[in-house]
Amino acid sequence: MWSYIFRRSFYALPILIGVNFFTFALFFLINSPDQMAQAQLGIKHISPEAVHEWKKARGYDLPLFVNDERNGFDTVTETIFFEKSVRLFIFDFGKTDEGRVILDEIKKRMWPSLAVALPVFLVGLAVSIFVSLIVVMFRASLFEFSVMVVCVAMFSISSMFYIIGGQFLFGKLWSLVPVSGFVADIGALKFLVLPIIIGVISGFGGGVRIYRIIFLEEANKDYIRTARAKGVSELAILFRHLFPNGLIPILTGVVVVIPTLFLGSLVTESFFGIPGLGSFTIDGIRAQDFSIVRSMVFLSSVLYILGLLLTDISYTIADPRVRLT
Amino acid sequence: MIKPIVLWSDIFIFLLVLGLVGLFTYLKPSSETQANWRKVFESRLGFCTFMILCLYIFIALLDSLHFQKPLPSTEESSQVFYSNEVLSILDLIHVGMLDKEEKTYSAPFAMYSYSKENMFSDSGQLYRDFPRLIHGGSHLRDDSERMKDIVSKTLFALFKGIIISSILIGSILLIRRTYFYGTFLPVNSACLLLGIIVTGWIWVVELGAYYHILGTNKVGADVLYQAIKSIRTGILLGTLAALFAVPFAIVFGISAGYFKGKVDDAIQYLYTTLSSIPDVLLIAAAVLVIDVYIENHTDQFNLLIYRADFKFLALCAIFGLTSWTGLCRLLRAETLKVSQLDYVNAARAFGVSHTGVITRHILPNVMHLVIISTVLNFSGFVLAESVLAYIGVGVDASMNSWGNMINSARQELSRDPAVWWSILSAFVFMFILVLSANLFSDKVRDAFDPRGLRRMRLDL
Repeated sequence: MWSYIFRRSFYALPILIGVNFFTFALFFLINSPDQMAQAQLGIKHISPEAVHEWKKARGYDLPLFVNDERNGFDTVTETIFFEKSVRLFIFDFGKTDEGRVILDEIKKRMWPSLAVALPVFLVGLAVSIFVSLIVVMFRASLFEFSVMVVCVAMFSISSMFYIIGGQFLFGKLWSLVPVSGFVADIGALKFLVLPIIIGVISGFGGGVRIYRIIFLEEANKDYIRTARAKGVSELAILFRHLFPNGLIPILTGVVVVIPTLFLGSLVTESFFGIPGLGSFTIDGIRAQDFSIVRSMVFLSSVLYILGLLLTDISYTIADPRVRLT
Repeated sequence: MIKPIVLWSDIFIFLLVLGLVGLFTYLKPSSETQANWRKVFESRLGFCTFMILCLYIFIALLDSLHFQKPLPSTEESSQVFYSNEVLSILDLIHVGMLDKEEKTYSAPFAMYSYSKENMFSDSGQLYRDFPRLIHGGSHLRDDSERMKDIVSKTLFALFKGIIISSILIGSILLIRRTYFYGTFLPVNSACLLLGIIVTGWIWVVELGAYYHILGTNKVGADVLYQAIKSIRTGILLGTLAALFAVPFAIVFGISAGYFKGKVDDAIQYLYTTLSSIPDVLLIAAAVLVIDVYIENHTDQFNLLIYRADFKFLALCAIFGLTSWTGLCRLLRAETLKVSQLDYVNAARAFGVSHTGVITRHILPNVMHLVIISTVLNFSGFVLAESVLAYIGVGVDASMNSWGNMINSARQELSRDPAVWWSILSAFVFMFILVLSANLFSDKVRDAFDPRGLRRMRLDL
């Protein structure tokens, strides 16, 4: 097991290098640092000194790959590629344009993100699985049809509408919860209720649609027929046979998102004023702060690859027939 | 004379439509494919959602023929100058709505503005009240007539609509008797839907000439007009992004599954790398980069609309770039399976070349995956546009889009009293399109790949 994990982590390295080089190419090769400076400073304030200042403040005044002015090892290390890209591997994300250390921001902001994303994930999963089980129990009936119609409709609504509509109804019209905001202690609960509810609702339609298909497929298998033939009650079939077996593909399928929960949700956090990584990213994008966007791209790729690894491990735990070699 | 303006996105969308029509008439689809399409279209839901999608696409195509009107010529020069405003054929049909701009917000069917203003009475007294709208309900004397006028105009429009649609439907049924006897299409439901669409359209045109049916926005533009103009953005974004994704997915997916070995490794590495970057972040990063590019090459885009169009196309390309990996993985797995089959081995043994085997034996057998995933992706793109607009990396702010409407609606809802019609119209227009696309794609999926349901859903 451990040797497998070790080897898989080793395989992840080329992918991370690929991501790293891709983001580098995106940010520094398509537009040169000079062009970035010109675009950010605007036409009015353009002067060679201003461009130089701008580049120096961000450490973009180095050559891209090879620094001819330095000797020995420094010809490679004192370059933009090394300073800005290679250093990401040791989680040295550098500073934001405002001069804050990005790693500290990430450490501080991942907890509020998790406080929203984790309940949304768990409650959403539980609700969708429960409803889809009920739907499968009453399959081929008017009940199933109407639930599925509602699910398709809910699935066809942009998450923006859920957020805006929820804030308007619960926050403004009925004044049940504050519209947005956050505090760092237990009082945060009242701020978290609405985003969590909205997150669950907006994921509901899609979730039920997928899980229903999984359970339906499971319900047509031989062991269910056998159970029914030997006289097991429908309820017992549903909860003792169908549920645990259907759970395997569902759980192994969702494991991949668990590490990315730390990143939070971009839109939800920014709408509700939750100081998590999602709103951090959006602020970075809006302020055209390339260092933030670059760091977040790298961090989320790392977490995604971690998720893939967890998925493989979860297969062995959930299904003893699968062996990792 | 008017001066036609050709945008790259217009060219692409017309080429796409022509190409699809040509492909379908040139290539006689296999009997199996025909049977599958028949399954889609003989269901009422499948055909009606298809009609709604066609209506949206038709409006989008009308809105993709752009031109500039000449300014009134002056005495001194014979040279004709053109207005900076770029219009489309759709604007000609809805010209009543375009020209009628108010000062600021007004509610649906209102004849008074939504906010009070300082005004002078006849005797020169200063007072604050809701001013009359310039166009909305300007034919009325006062508010008491309004309800009666709306009802009578609605009844008239319904009457006109029912007559016109019954003529249309009657002729369709007549043709059906003689030409399509025993057709599998659900003609009755289709006729009913057609009647509803025609009547609705007539109602909009009749009442749109006198009122702002869905109110006006902050700068006084008609919200309904904005929502209709946004159709082009939504449809083009969905189709072009799907179009950009398909060639990548087909070429890489099939060659990975067919050639195996090193090619497979390289392609797997490529798509694992790309898909490990979250879509939203990749799109945001790419759009930031493109903004910088446009900022540095302003001289290439002499009209605002060219600039917006370039950004729009780039956005479509990026959407395509982020979405081909899912389809590529499916195609690779399916090709691995198909290329083991006996007839492929037989073809190889007869000496058919690799390209021959791929185009003649493999591609037709994996094509259903392409169709399903393209239709599935489409609605995802339309929805994603609104999120991107909020993040600030969506289509250009000068383009009409539902995302931009929703984005501006955030502040409108926090006003007191709230301005709700902008977001409601965006919601309705988007919901109808996405719901139709989803229902249609469900039908297509059921018809083409009944056993592979789970695989598609989990992967996309």
